[in-house]
Amino acid sequence: MSIIFLLLSILSFVSAIVIKILFVPASEGIDITGAHVFFTIKLPIQDLPITEAQVNSWCVMLGILFLCLFLTSGLKTRNVSVRQLLAEWIVEKSTNLVRTNMGEYFVGFAPFVAAVLGLSAFSSLSSLIGLFPPTSDINITAGWAILVFFLITYYKMKAGPWIYLKSFGQPVPLLAPLNIISEFATPVSMAFRHYGNVLSGSIISILVSVGLTGLSKTIFSFLPGALADFPYLRIGIPAVLSLYFDLFSGGLQAFIFAMLTMLYIAGGFPAEEYAARKKKREERKAARAAVMNANKRESA
Amino acid sequence: MLELAIGIILGGCALGAGCAMIAGIGPGIGEGHAVAKACEAIGRQPECKGDVTTTMLMGCAVAETTGLYALVIAILLIFVAPGRFVDILMQAIGN
Repeated sequence: MSIIFLLLSILSFVSAIVIKILFVPASEGIDITGAHVFFTIKLPIQDLPITEAQVNSWCVMLGILFLCLFLTSGLKTRNVSVRQLLAEWIVEKSTNLVRTNMGEYFVGFAPFVAAVLGLSAFSSLSSLIGLFPPTSDINITAGWAILVFFLITYYKMKAGPWIYLKSFGQPVPLLAPLNIISEFATPVSMAFRHYGNVLSGSIISILVSVGLTGLSKTIFSFLPGALADFPYLRIGIPAVLSLYFDLFSGGLQAFIFAMLTMLYIAGGFPAEEYAARKKKREERKAARAAVMNANKRESA
Repeated sequence: MLELAIGIILGGCALGAGCAMIAGIGPGIGEGHAVAKACEAIGRQPECKGDVTTTMLMGCAVAETTGLYALVIAILLIFVAPGRFVDILMQAIGN
């Protein structure tokens, strides 16, 4: 029964490959132009292009969704299966990570951080299957960074908007413009760091592939006909490079994106002012309740 | 004259891309310094190797950011800029 979810998850990745084979035109030589636009939806203010990066991102999201459903279906308390152990390990690790880095108040953030980590890692690793990795498009990482920016601002404003505005004047009011600029530099740097690492990996892979094709054509030109055109040198060598660029760099950048999310949100949260504000509000509520009780006892 | 203008555009783009990657010095020096300090820390306390290595890798990836800004500018200058600039030049000549 739960094997259906695993099949659906594999199907979504396969459908992304099928879409790429059918609709993306093949390129000769070096082709570094960005994502291929499938079609454009006409909207009043600005047109919305549906690009290869977006379609791949949806397929990765569906793949992760069905994989999680597969891991968590049919839970038991005794005779647990291996996939239930895997699911419990994932939940435990992510909750510990969030509790260590953000404190006890933000433990509810564990699903969000695990989702960002998983989506980012799977998107970067999808270049191993032959897809165009969604994170090598600036729009995808900028979308995540804007979401994190809204979260950081919301949690900074939790102790009241006056404290948020006063925090721009620390430590000297003369530095207020620099503080405002560094507010906006946070999501920009997060987006560009992730995008730049994955993009540079894919560009170096393309350049190495083209170089090895040319090299193998000149070395093996003594073979007859079609045997000379086959790029022999491309068989094992690019895999060694992709160990660093795809596996290590993609995984590390996903982890760093999640860590920076956690540190910025928890670091910008004014814990003492929020606790003081909550205490004042509860004292006022208790005082009003005590006054109402006294009035009720008088009238009764 | 047209060939001269297009030559200046393409040459300027190539020169700019080369000058942009001088910014690759920064992360090299900074991350080398960070790794040196990490090695010292491991030498002082060998049981903290895992924590020190994780922190060092995280710090290196954050310090890599400015080098990446330079790389993105250089890639834009090589692959995207000449087409755009030559289009603008053709439009200006047509008018």
